[in-house]
Amino acid sequence: MPKLTYRDAINQALAEEMRRDESIIVFGEDVALYEGSFKVTRGLLAQFGERRVFDTPISEAAIVGMATGAAMAGLRPAAELMTVNFAYLAMDQICNHLALMRYMFGGQVRLPVTIRMPGGGGHQLGSQHSHSLEVHFVHTPGLKVVAPATPVAAKALLKAALRYDGPVIYLEHEGLYNLEGEVPETVEPAVIGQATVMREGRDATIIAYSAMVHVALAAAERLAADGVDAEVVDLATLRPWDKQAVAASVAKTHRAVVVEEAPPVCGIGADVATNLYEMIFDELDGPVQRVSGADVPLPYAKNLEQACIPHADDVIAAVRKMI
Amino acid sequence: MKKGDLLKVYYLMRLARGFESRAAEQYVKGRIGGFCHLYSGEEAVAVGAMWHLRSDDYVIGSYRDHAYYIIRGGDPRKCMAELFGHSDGCSMGKGGSMHMFDSSINFFGGYAIVAGMCPIAVGLGVGVRYRKEDRVVLCFFGDGATNQGVYHEAMNMSALYKLPIVWVCENNFYAIGTSVVRASAQESLAAKARAYNMPVHTVDGMDFFKMQSVAERAIASVRAGGGPEFIEAKCYRYRGHSMSDPGTYRSKEEVDHWKSRDPIPRLKAAIRSDFEIGDEAFDEIDRHVDEVLDEAVRFAEAGRELPPDRLHEDLYPEE
Repeated sequence: MPKLTYRDAINQALAEEMRRDESIIVFGEDVALYEGSFKVTRGLLAQFGERRVFDTPISEAAIVGMATGAAMAGLRPAAELMTVNFAYLAMDQICNHLALMRYMFGGQVRLPVTIRMPGGGGHQLGSQHSHSLEVHFVHTPGLKVVAPATPVAAKALLKAALRYDGPVIYLEHEGLYNLEGEVPETVEPAVIGQATVMREGRDATIIAYSAMVHVALAAAERLAADGVDAEVVDLATLRPWDKQAVAASVAKTHRAVVVEEAPPVCGIGADVATNLYEMIFDELDGPVQRVSGADVPLPYAKNLEQACIPHADDVIAAVRKMI
Repeated sequence: MKKGDLLKVYYLMRLARGFESRAAEQYVKGRIGGFCHLYSGEEAVAVGAMWHLRSDDYVIGSYRDHAYYIIRGGDPRKCMAELFGHSDGCSMGKGGSMHMFDSSINFFGGYAIVAGMCPIAVGLGVGVRYRKEDRVVLCFFGDGATNQGVYHEAMNMSALYKLPIVWVCENNFYAIGTSVVRASAQESLAAKARAYNMPVHTVDGMDFFKMQSVAERAIASVRAGGGPEFIEAKCYRYRGHSMSDPGTYRSKEEVDHWKSRDPIPRLKAAIRSDFEIGDEAFDEIDRHVDEVLDEAVRFAEAGRELPPDRLHEDLYPEE
């Protein structure tokens, strides 16, 4: 099976969907001429021209508003915010306009907008450039939020996002762009809202998303060497996350760990844990463990930054606590 | 302009003014909740700006939107029903006063965030240009919006991309209780707009004839592909910012001065002098307006809200 990087999988999904659907346009800061600050949109300007792929000024709020208006006018905009950190500048347009307009206007408008943004830390980019902001979007009714962990998932989820008739926040991870993975020649759009069991196991369930899926898999491999068989579930979609699949896994293993790069307060881990207590309390051998990012802005110093991000050791320790 | 057209203009302005009066009455009776921002006094701006639009042009504006909706061709019954929160309101009762919307008349809302609709107007323009259409996007906003960050972004992008947008700034000199003098370092909103390298016009927004004349030229120029244009329409709202605002920050002398420039009597006087029309013609229109508005209130009174078990509808396109 062919291998693609996460970056190229996203690039291919954009190109394939744009060839398939003429109403898809791509815009953002430096996406056209510069081919993207992370080179994700490489080749798109050459392939599709300036009419469909264009650069914007540094105007995050207006980038999102423009996507919303273009969608109202019948297009399917695929806007890029250069990093998720800059989404803070656009939060009113994302959460107070795009997310709620269909509902507020009594269902009269369809807003097929995809907003791509890479996030995450670990490259010493400093506090303002290292956020994981998924929780803000996951908390917002009207949005769908996806966070692919692998190249094939990136391609499948982006296809799904671009074909979906409502707003999708598509969260890439900067640390995954060079990750290679198997991607079939033909990739069907993913089902938004469906989790993926990445590794089957019987002794504990490790629930993760985005870059943390790889931390979870690394932990599971080392645990296996010690006779602990961990199941790894990739949420893939964060809103709505797949409660049935996660509950079914934890009902089987009776132990759950959630791994999130973001800090724990009111996070995905908290929501997963609460739902597990509500759904399958009697199946749990003990409290759901959360392995989360540190509750501080990410510092620059390499050692300090690494201390903020969950590693396989932290996940292994959490699993061992439950056994 | 022809007599028939001018009487239509008179009708629209009376309808808008009358609707706002009825809304005020219903609000005081407790039939309308939340915020209610009335357009009384500014009718010449909306009617003048929209008079030369085609039905396929796009209109978008602020929360002071009952008049935009009705003058664009919206049904006053559905507007009143929306104010009552009823399911046969134009937004099914889920929007309320600030969020009228009707895609069938190309009215794209009613927004509560000051200047929040400006980048959305940019997007509408992008859609028009992408499909190589010659539609025009008309976007209404107030003086307060010109200080919002995203307003700057939207103005810049509209001019940069030469989008087919007519920006209509309704300068009624106050953003709630803060006058333009106290909010804008550059008091001339037209001067601020000139910085974006687009044609800028200033007009007396209390004069329908001047307003429609400036709008006509701007719309034609924008439709021909000349890029966005900006109209600063100086006008005045006769009531407070909203039904909760007693408006104590404006002097009686100032309010009286602007009331003496009421666009509706001015229009009436101009029609009478140009066409020798008697009172009966205007009285008949006034009666018709009352009938339409009585019916709007009756319609609203007869409706009801969506039941709570339908709360989650229309959050996602698949539901």
